[in-house]
Amino acid sequence: MKIITSPLDKRTIESLKAGDMVALSGIVYTARDQAHKRLVGLINEGRPLPVALEGQTIYYTGPAPARPGAVVGSIGPTTSARMDPYTPVLLDYGVKAMIGKGARSPGVIDSIKQAGAVYLVATGGAAAYLAQFVVSAHVAAFADLGPEAIFALELAGLPLVVAIDSQGRSALWPDAS
Amino acid sequence: MKANYRARPDVLALLKEARNSGATPAGNQALEQLVANADIAASQALPLCQDCGYVTVFAEVGQDVAFDGSFETAVQVGVGQGYELGYLRTSVIQDALTERVRPEVERPANIYTTLVPGDTIKLTVMPKGGGSDNASRMAMLRPTAGVDEIVRFIVEAVAASGAAACPPLFVGVGIGGSFDSVGLLAKKALLRDFREPAQAPAAFEVEVRLLSEINKLGIGPAGLGGAVTALGVAVATDRTHIACLPVAVNISCNQLRSASGTL
Repeated sequence: MKIITSPLDKRTIESLKAGDMVALSGIVYTARDQAHKRLVGLINEGRPLPVALEGQTIYYTGPAPARPGAVVGSIGPTTSARMDPYTPVLLDYGVKAMIGKGARSPGVIDSIKQAGAVYLVATGGAAAYLAQFVVSAHVAAFADLGPEAIFALELAGLPLVVAIDSQGRSALWPDAS
Repeated sequence: MKANYRARPDVLALLKEARNSGATPAGNQALEQLVANADIAASQALPLCQDCGYVTVFAEVGQDVAFDGSFETAVQVGVGQGYELGYLRTSVIQDALTERVRPEVERPANIYTTLVPGDTIKLTVMPKGGGSDNASRMAMLRPTAGVDEIVRFIVEAVAASGAAACPPLFVGVGIGGSFDSVGLLAKKALLRDFREPAQAPAAFEVEVRLLSEINKLGIGPAGLGGAVTALGVAVATDRTHIACLPVAVNISCNQLRSASGTL
């Protein structure tokens, strides 16, 4: 398993191939439907974002509440396709990696290629297991959205699969076969 | 809370069986993670999935039970307290059209009550994730449509969902009833122990065929390819109108959750 660190540099992204199993450490930012809507609204209005996302990784997830003393509750990927309408704008803005589950639209795959970015998937439904790889979590923006707020997460070896690489190749059904 | 922390015995057994049975290496890794997930969730009292679901409560109420207060309110408050005290994520919002943002916990559950003989109350709680409910479909087919058409409709629904419904899936199918009841029939089919086949021979045949055709799709665990797309199909049938053939497919993710208790 390849060990990589977010934010991902250009060389690392270019070295990742669809189907590679990787372990991701470093900082990522969570964002789901409502956060995407707000972020893209701000970009379209030419206003600054509450979190600097250039070069960063976005994780499509909304965690369960943390028990007292725990870093985070169960946390796993949500369906990436719901973010497809917003993703090209964020990639243009400078986002370099996304973590989610499931297929992306042809338009998003094109944008990933153009931006030299990468799309990674985690196992949907393994949220208690995946929570073990989160070493810190705090709300970074949009606190009013509750579980849909943007959290900054520090990861230690989150197991992922490269689903769409920077060349636009896919490891996901039905593109892979 | 139990439904969210403890994997159903049939679900866990089928996940374990599915390992090394035709998924890709990445797909097998996903299956191993799902088996480990059940252990961690149970031992640390963590929800199996961060999507702790939209709760359906099936209440079988004995007709000799006397209530002191509102049964409906008691169930709603009980479900809400379970989510709050159990550190479970509430995902239900106040109104689908106007209040898309604020999670609302005052009326978190869909309650279906049936009156039965006796003086006890049996409650079955089914929290279900949004991703797999989104993949579910229903159709009013022509009454002359045969099994082929029913199978095609269901396999197409599974294919359209790809990895979004979190395969390996459990597939609940309802055939018959009316527009409103067939969806409930499909959802209730998900309560069956998936290690047990349907009792009716005709439903059993459809189950075998559906499982085989769904697994031929090649979606695989987490959409990473291979043979393990569904772990089980449960078909429930009902009477219907001579002009109708309602069919519903309620798809469940790999974290099919439910728990029962009797008062």
